[in-house]
Amino acid sequence: MTTSTVQTATAKKPRSTPKTPDSDRAKAENALGRKLVAPAIVLMLVVTAFPMIRALYLSLFDYSLTDPDERSFVGLQNYVTALTDSLFWRDTANTVMVMVVTVAVELVIGFAFAMVMHRVIFARGLIRTSILIPYGIITVVSGFAWQFAFSADNGFVNGWLPFVGADFDWFGEYGSSIVAIMVSEIWKTTPFMSLLLLAGLAQVSEDMIEAAKVDGATWFQRLYKVILPNMRAAIMVAVLFRALDAYRIFDNIYVMTAGANGTESISFLTYRQVIEQFQLGIGSALSVLLFLSVLVVAFLIVKVFRVDLSSARQEG
Amino acid sequence: MSAMKQKVGLTIGLVLILLWCLLPVAWIISLSFKSQTAITNGSEGFLPQAGGGAGWQNYSDVLQDEQFRRAILNSIGISLIATLLSVVIATLAAYAIARLEFRGKKFVLTTALVIAMFPVVSLVGPLFDMWRTLGIYDTWPGLIIPYMSFTLPLAIWTLSAFFREIPWEMEQAAQVDGATSWQAFRKVIVPLAAPGVFTAAILTFFFAWNDFVFGISLTSTETARPIPAALSFFVGPDPFSRPASLLAAGAVVATIPIVVIVLLFQRKIVAGLTSGAVKG
Repeated sequence: MTTSTVQTATAKKPRSTPKTPDSDRAKAENALGRKLVAPAIVLMLVVTAFPMIRALYLSLFDYSLTDPDERSFVGLQNYVTALTDSLFWRDTANTVMVMVVTVAVELVIGFAFAMVMHRVIFARGLIRTSILIPYGIITVVSGFAWQFAFSADNGFVNGWLPFVGADFDWFGEYGSSIVAIMVSEIWKTTPFMSLLLLAGLAQVSEDMIEAAKVDGATWFQRLYKVILPNMRAAIMVAVLFRALDAYRIFDNIYVMTAGANGTESISFLTYRQVIEQFQLGIGSALSVLLFLSVLVVAFLIVKVFRVDLSSARQEG
Repeated sequence: MSAMKQKVGLTIGLVLILLWCLLPVAWIISLSFKSQTAITNGSEGFLPQAGGGAGWQNYSDVLQDEQFRRAILNSIGISLIATLLSVVIATLAAYAIARLEFRGKKFVLTTALVIAMFPVVSLVGPLFDMWRTLGIYDTWPGLIIPYMSFTLPLAIWTLSAFFREIPWEMEQAAQVDGATSWQAFRKVIVPLAAPGVFTAAILTFFFAWNDFVFGISLTSTETARPIPAALSFFVGPDPFSRPASLLAAGAVVATIPIVVIVLLFQRKIVAGLTSGAVKG
């Protein structure tokens, strides 16, 4: 740990002092660097920044594709409509709930998986191959698999769970529908979480864990005082990525309930307005709101985690 | 004693992970072998019951379905092209980020970060509109372009993290030893970089293959509709009479490429991780 920090620090040092006037070499490097990243940056901006600006523009109009000639400027009216509609808030609350629950469950299970994968010496190839399968499977397929599994007519879940009746209809009401959706989401993405955490675990120095052991730290103490603080960055990245991904939840809901029983997510609402109802004006406003809410979520996670983890570090 | 306990614990953990990963896969395979009549009459339980099996019937039905075959072809073509282009572009960018000092590096990384967070659905409306104007709505390029854009951040990150680990001094060392710069690059750097590039390619391919939102929004016919979208439309408008076993067979067929890739590339990833050259 100490050696690696020293190494990166010294390796970075000469590079992070570009105060001296640019040499020819530095200029050439500058030009080459820009040339090499140009295709990537252009492509990314053409497909995201430009359409987003267009969405921002379209969101100011009352604009329906079924009636394109009737397009009229309405200012912020679409935003007012969206933000005063209880549907928007219900779907947002639903999305946040799904995000918090799935990420929390995935973090715990994913960490357990990562611990096993980190320690296991036999069957490494088998386990790595297996863990890549849920990650690779099409979300739509996993949605179908779980929908059929939860089905009262053709599924196995009711038969395996002792506390539900054999003919319990999982998709009959909000609570059980959303549970089924979250199970599908958690199943598919926990492996991704565990792979990210496994990479983080590999960064934790065995020497430090060993030293803590010699000092008499229990397993839990080693976990909380040595392993977790040293995995801070990996955990944060994993949570941030998964949370934002979960916030965009769409496929599972589309396949499993199509938004029935109030299981609609904010992405689903936006999709419905734009693609199914061709309401480009209000749909664009929803697109912008969706994007802004993702930024808020990202900001909050980054904030919360910094605070949380730096305090955890101080006590350690 | 403690080592024994640990080994038992790990074995249990291993079994649990395997169950977690493979149970739903086994379930959908089992479902795909159930007969339509068994499904219609309600076939609870995990495995096909006696008399309720369909053999390969569902598979041959699915494979004879023209729309399904077309969707598989679309998915393979679109995903492969998007992966190839995206990885090439990402490799250039990642190389620059890992090795060169240039202004705008932060901008690239920030842009990539923002795009990785981007709610895909936000873009569907404007892209739908733009693609129709440009005439690439419901075509392969109409999907390849968004796929590339959305896989680039992932590929750039994976690759630049990977490239940072490569001891680039080895290239100079080889040159000192008498290799030309091309030889030094090809014989020293390419073998070290290849596993990272493969990893990025797999992730990119998975993303493209898995995409659903663009697939249903930016296509309207079978000319470009990829397999996830086709599967969801396969269902028909009435969710209560979904052809479950047929759909399961289709889902298994659509999953085979992923499994094949995982099996094939797994060795490359492991080899890349264990080659030791990077650390040694």
